[in-house]
Amino acid sequence: MTKATNMPEAVRVGPPPHELERPPLIADRPGVGWVSDVVARIAEGPTPRWWWLAFGTALLLLGLFIAMVAYLATTGVGVWGVGHPVMWGWAVVNFVWWIGIGHAGTLISAILFLLRQRWRTAVNRLAEAMTVFAVICAALFPIIHVGRIWYAWWLFPIPTSNGVWPQFHSPLIWDVFAILTYFTVSVMFWYTGLIPDLGLMRDRARTRFRQFLYGLFALGWTGSSRHWHNYQKAYLILAGLSTSLVISVHSIVSLDFAATQLPGWHTAIFPPYFVAGAMFSGFGMVLTLVIPIRKLCGLEDIITLRHIDLICKVTLATGSIVIYAYIMEALAAWHAGQPYERFAIWNRVVGPYSWACVIMLIGNVITPQAFWFRKVRRNLALVWILSIVINIGMWFERFVIVVSSLNRDFLPANWGYYAPTWVDVCTYAGTFGLFFTFFLLFLRCLPVVAVAEVKSIVPAADSHAHASGDSNRC
Amino acid sequence: MGERTDTRHGAECREVEATMTPLPSGSKTHGLMAEFTTPAATLRAAETIRDAGYRKWDVFTPYPVRGMGKAMGLRSSRVGWFALAGGLVGYAGGMLMICYMNSLDYPLPVGGKPLFSSFSAFPTAYELAILFGAFGALSGMLLLNRLPRLNHPLLKHPHFALAAHDRFFVVIETEDAQYREPDTLRLLQSLGCVRLELIDE
Repeated sequence: MTKATNMPEAVRVGPPPHELERPPLIADRPGVGWVSDVVARIAEGPTPRWWWLAFGTALLLLGLFIAMVAYLATTGVGVWGVGHPVMWGWAVVNFVWWIGIGHAGTLISAILFLLRQRWRTAVNRLAEAMTVFAVICAALFPIIHVGRIWYAWWLFPIPTSNGVWPQFHSPLIWDVFAILTYFTVSVMFWYTGLIPDLGLMRDRARTRFRQFLYGLFALGWTGSSRHWHNYQKAYLILAGLSTSLVISVHSIVSLDFAATQLPGWHTAIFPPYFVAGAMFSGFGMVLTLVIPIRKLCGLEDIITLRHIDLICKVTLATGSIVIYAYIMEALAAWHAGQPYERFAIWNRVVGPYSWACVIMLIGNVITPQAFWFRKVRRNLALVWILSIVINIGMWFERFVIVVSSLNRDFLPANWGYYAPTWVDVCTYAGTFGLFFTFFLLFLRCLPVVAVAEVKSIVPAADSHAHASGDSNRC
Repeated sequence: MGERTDTRHGAECREVEATMTPLPSGSKTHGLMAEFTTPAATLRAAETIRDAGYRKWDVFTPYPVRGMGKAMGLRSSRVGWFALAGGLVGYAGGMLMICYMNSLDYPLPVGGKPLFSSFSAFPTAYELAILFGAFGALSGMLLLNRLPRLNHPLLKHPHFALAAHDRFFVVIETEDAQYREPDTLRLLQSLGCVRLELIDE
């Protein structure tokens, strides 16, 4: 501002200094067509060996899951470790964990879209697929947790000869609506994004079968600008609606806990705390999935190191909110001056489940701190390992919340120790089979990157400048 | 498709001697299709056609080109109204459903709380508002776009597949009141397209 007199010099905008230059978001190759070639090749080419290996493993685990659910349904919930006083065991832990994982997909696809974060385009399709499949895994747990699975439909407001309706004062029923809405809207959002890319796959298809199938689901998409015009508006609205889902779904999940009278659960901080934890764990899972996929599917030019770097930063940011929530939770318990509240926190840290608390703190408090360092964020193998530690840490966070609050409540006569059985462990392992069966089929059949969206951010796509290089900024 | 590798991007879109493929006489034509290689040239073409007063025409692009709506003179999309209607139906429907079920049809007293309270009904009604709002947005988009429509004349054209890849097509339909083959042809030629074709109905 000191050279305000020299107006023309001050107004002129030059290129940024070298140290402020950002690395490119997407590889700068000529044209836009290469994006479709790179992405469609994954679904069009021969099935790679690693895919069969992974798919076989996933199918085995899926079989294990089906067997465990069949055993549970035919025998009863006694096959699990749940019982007095810990009535909510691994099933609820897994439910909250899986649903939380889904949240990163919605955050990437919806919130980052509203915030005009252009890096999202490369990973949003993968993340949305992750959301849809994670929500399926999550939704199964409350259903099988009721024990008598054949009564699960009582959760829905269906007119029957019983004449009894669901009890809408209960957060558990709110949860049913939240999860089902989340699943349905996530699928619709995902599918809306897929329509133009299915049109691309249809136009590239060589066989009648593929042409028919892709063509059917592409709904006759032509790429008409009149269609794009309505499409973009619909996409924007869906993003807005999904954003309110990100906030509301895990808040409602947290009310399953917070609306009870139990010390350690009955806390006002739970809704935002759960949402932050969900995003944190979800971004951990995005990293776990994206790092191997970009390598195996040859997507290095589209999902660049810059993307991994940015995802790490978001993980760090959401992780910091989680740490803040941990501190506030303890502070609120101390400040409340209520002996049961204080005991609940104390029991978490030094009680019989202190080992779980330690794993939680290592995973969620210490691990993300590594992402402060650029060297770490650029080291893919290390980031991948850290992301798995985060996933484990977040699973233990839910374990700590569920189990260490229940195991010692008001009366010492009610105290007890909970341990899972082999059926609990195998059911949880089985959901990975379910998740990866869907995910691997998705990788082979659908465009794994939102091709049309990525095309709109490659440098050649800029409709105004010819070679300003401006379009490659995030 | 051999043309895929032949991406002439980065090159200035100059006026090219467009090749014209004649149609067998007797068949009905859908319209004239001009092919462009850069979004900038397509945008300019759209502006010219808009200013020339055509109404039944369209631009086909592999991705949404920024500024195309304005260049084509499109009004703001009405999808939002469908979403709003869906959201209102979802919210009101949720509230009425809960009121009917828990306080009228089968009164269910819980812990001395009111049979119906808009607070405890809110989470469910809110989720239903989002659900039906999303239904409204998606179905509104499909309705306004007249989709699904699996048999568009352009989809039969072998070269049109590139519209999903990296090419931009401007199509002026014969049904347009202003469509006169020599004039329209000359207009499209003057816009610097690389290829010009008549499309079979």
